[in-house]
Amino acid sequence: MKTFRTVATLLLLLPMAACRQDMQDQPKYKPLGTSRFFADGREARPIPAGTIARDELNNTDSFHTGAANGAFLDAIPLKVDSKLLHRGQERFDIYCSPCHGRTGDGNGMVAQRGLKIPADLHTDRLRSVPPGYLYQVIKNGYGAMGDYGDQIQVNDRWAIVAYVRALQLSRDARLNDVPAEQRGQLSAENQPQAGAAR
Amino acid sequence: MPQYFSRSANTFSRMTILALVLALCGVCWYGYLIVRSPYEMMQNVPREQPVPFSHEHHVGGLGIDCRYCHTTVEDSSFANIPATKICMNCHSQMWATSPMLEPVRESYRTGKSIEWTRVNDLPEFVYFDHSIHVHHGIGCSTCHGRVDQMPLTWQAAPLTMEWCLNCHRHPERYVRPESQVFSMAYTPPANQTALGNRLVREYHIQSLTSCSTCHR
Repeated sequence: MKTFRTVATLLLLLPMAACRQDMQDQPKYKPLGTSRFFADGREARPIPAGTIARDELNNTDSFHTGAANGAFLDAIPLKVDSKLLHRGQERFDIYCSPCHGRTGDGNGMVAQRGLKIPADLHTDRLRSVPPGYLYQVIKNGYGAMGDYGDQIQVNDRWAIVAYVRALQLSRDARLNDVPAEQRGQLSAENQPQAGAAR
Repeated sequence: MPQYFSRSANTFSRMTILALVLALCGVCWYGYLIVRSPYEMMQNVPREQPVPFSHEHHVGGLGIDCRYCHTTVEDSSFANIPATKICMNCHSQMWATSPMLEPVRESYRTGKSIEWTRVNDLPEFVYFDHSIHVHHGIGCSTCHGRVDQMPLTWQAAPLTMEWCLNCHRHPERYVRPESQVFSMAYTPPANQTALGNRLVREYHIQSLTSCSTCHR
């Protein structure tokens, strides 16, 4: 009996040697993990040619390209309201402001550290380009600026375009833009300088 | 035949048995503490990376938003490790010849992934979703700490189940206004309890503590 007990105890101790982290590290794929199956070691696979992602069936229409019949869209194809502008402001501050600066003058922190000076958005040229042009610059890049099509989704690109327009207006406002009944609130000290007022 | 042991030996032997049992408990308790210690969790240990990427410089110094690189954090369970292309948005021009950044350029040239070492690694029997947390007022720094002050990235929280449950049982202690979720410098106000209770109602935060919330 005693021998039996000793053997049983030892047998019970044996499973402890099998303590492993199998539950912790399961043989399953999680985002951006490694794979021993694929030659390049990545479990995330490149997208096969011709794949159409959800919501991208119509990615050749003007809403997705910013152009129609060879010309840039001259209006933002979304309802421009305060919600869209706030979204645009948030996205602009995330993706654009590091280089273009929060005010859009091309003096963001990364630019200050030596990046090729990014465009000042408050130039006559960029004030007069159609919204579709700004959209496709975000989507495809321009000059030294890389494309942001992967980082910023379609609706957000248009939201940023709307916000860029608002930023541009903020530096180029005329007295006529102020509703007549509120013009009286502009005291003499707050009057824009002659050069800026135009 | 005289007695070898005095009567007090009985007490002595009982105490010895008790001490042995207590010592065994102590050893188990100590082991339990070690298993859950910051050392074992690799908490606060900066990880070696193929490129010594500094969040301190990019977030603290340059003020780049978390979402510039971690693009999917608002839409997906996974916060996304940026593609090499995102590094190259700036580093095609800046530090473009730095030997430290050679792995980045090599990855960009060849299309081969940079093999980053994972810092915040949950066990694989745990389901975690970033998007639901950032949309309900749980800030990045609540779990990840002051990433903007990390020259090399380390894991700031223990990531034990106890730690998860602490917040899941009392979300009002940690929730913050949605506008502050991506702010690194946010500190809870003095009236956190009042604010927290209001936000929990406003954001419809449920205290989810059932097993299958995370173990699914």
